[in-house]
Amino acid sequence: MNPVDWLVLVGAIVGIAAYGAWHTRHTDNLNTYLKGNYNTGWLTIGVSVMATQASTITYLSLPGQAYENGIAFIQNYVGLPLALIVVCAVFLPIYRKLGVYTAYEYLGKRFDAKTHLLGAALFLIQRGIQAGITIYAPAIILSTVLGWRLDLTIIFTGLLAIVYTVTGGSAAVNLTQKWQMAVIWGGMIAACVVLFLKLPNKATQIAGALGKLQGVDFTPDLKRRYTLLSGLLGGFFLSLSYFGTDQSQVQRYIGGAALREGRLGLMFNAVFKIPMQFLIVMLGALLFVFYQFQPNTPVFFNQTEWRRLASGPQAASFQAIENKYAAVQVQKQEKIRAWVAASERGDAGAEAAARASMIEARDSAEAIRQEARKALRSADPKANTKDSDYVFITFILTQLPHGFIGLLIAVMIASALSSKAAELNALGTTSTIDLWRRFRPLAAPDEARDVRNAKWFTALWGLFAIAFALFVSFAENLIEGLNIVASIFYPALLGVFVVAFFLKHVGGSAVFWAAVASQVLVLVLFFMGKMYPSHEIGYLWLNPIGCAACVVFSLAFQALIGRNGSAIGQTIQSA
Amino acid sequence: MKPPAAPEEHDPPGVPGFRTWRGVYVFVFLFFVLCVALLALLSRAFA
Repeated sequence: MNPVDWLVLVGAIVGIAAYGAWHTRHTDNLNTYLKGNYNTGWLTIGVSVMATQASTITYLSLPGQAYENGIAFIQNYVGLPLALIVVCAVFLPIYRKLGVYTAYEYLGKRFDAKTHLLGAALFLIQRGIQAGITIYAPAIILSTVLGWRLDLTIIFTGLLAIVYTVTGGSAAVNLTQKWQMAVIWGGMIAACVVLFLKLPNKATQIAGALGKLQGVDFTPDLKRRYTLLSGLLGGFFLSLSYFGTDQSQVQRYIGGAALREGRLGLMFNAVFKIPMQFLIVMLGALLFVFYQFQPNTPVFFNQTEWRRLASGPQAASFQAIENKYAAVQVQKQEKIRAWVAASERGDAGAEAAARASMIEARDSAEAIRQEARKALRSADPKANTKDSDYVFITFILTQLPHGFIGLLIAVMIASALSSKAAELNALGTTSTIDLWRRFRPLAAPDEARDVRNAKWFTALWGLFAIAFALFVSFAENLIEGLNIVASIFYPALLGVFVVAFFLKHVGGSAVFWAAVASQVLVLVLFFMGKMYPSHEIGYLWLNPIGCAACVVFSLAFQALIGRNGSAIGQTIQSA
Repeated sequence: MKPPAAPEEHDPPGVPGFRTWRGVYVFVFLFFVLCVALLALLSRAFA
């Protein structure tokens, strides 16, 4: 980072924060603070919904995920457009018709207070954990980039997000996200242009031959994380939960000027999400090709961690690993060039032999990377040995011209603030409406007090996220970590909403205990999978299983309980 | 402040080329099918 980078960085961040704060400085009622106001346009909603889920993790972790495992992760999103159609046709009209502040208020109206609280609690647990993850990623990256201590960047990012959210509210988030998306895409396009200029000939073919372009896997294997089937079914239910029942999303689109605005905003996402994610994973696959030909490609991309431990007592073994990796890289380059030459000649026999040799070299290089991770663990058992989140940031810092580096770092901070603001806002809203108002009903009519409370809750959740990020580390790639947490806590919640919408004879007690039972089932499945890895199913499958279990348990419990008491809640039609 | 009343559910999408929401949903579905087909083609082409 040189002075130009710093100038761009500070200018962009201050500009975005000032714009949002100035345009929303008169936010003074609960409706506006929590839902935005009812004149948010469809483009703003669409971009806002997209920006809420496209955090810094997306732009840094997703290329790294593709670098390591190819573009198969894109299948995670294939169920999303179908889910958004269902949200538009079913969920959104109901929320709008009822005029609710939070999705969980609807559960209270449809069922009872305990189901309302359960829905809100599941959301708060899940989103609270995710807030800790989303704050952790940009902080650790900033720590690498700026050379600051990790705990300081976590605190700095977290406090900035709290101030940004509390001073602006939902409308500020919406307003500034549109510009942040523009900046983000400007930076991403700049990175792509630089990458394309530096790629060798036949880069796409090389990525394909090295197994990085398998975007669709038709096998019905439940143990594989990403297949077309798991994406269609698991991804559908995951997206349905995310867009239909997660307050951080619901809050975006119930703030539309009309139902039409919310629907168009979601349809905007349904069309652009897969192409957007595809471009990002392709970027990762092409980064893999780029680093096959790059001299001094690091054996471990988290160089801060590597250097810290490589300068310790085991320096010699770290150096040996680096030397071995450099030698294998040279051999691999020769083999890739041999394969390209053979395929250009159209010599099928030579091409097949060269391909096998190239893949063997790739596997040897990967084995050395594993050895490097073992060495890190040996030097420090608490060392972070997952480096895929550092691939893109390494490219940015070493390959982009100065000025662009500052811009992209600004983009990361802006994107982190966006997703953090949306999350904290949703957590603050839900805590106020679904907990505070319920336990302090006499205070409910005081709207100014509710706004103050919402801001306090927002700040408290921000502090929780900071604390979580300071004390928790992750074994998974961060973007997968977010999806795994969602897949554990969403399914039961989605099941409750499905019962609410489609099974009108099921009452509050039945669905409440069904949700508890299905949540326990999902937790058991997840942790049993961790204890017995040979039986572990891909996490996306937890979504349809948990949701279906909640629906089936609800029907069974309702049959046991009967139609007495609170069995028949207020139906959608009567609302 | 309460949101606008119920009839908005039947409001047309107001997007050129689409008279009903069903038309918008069909378009999104077809676009989804196209995306999956292109992904499958890409995977096959670079297998």
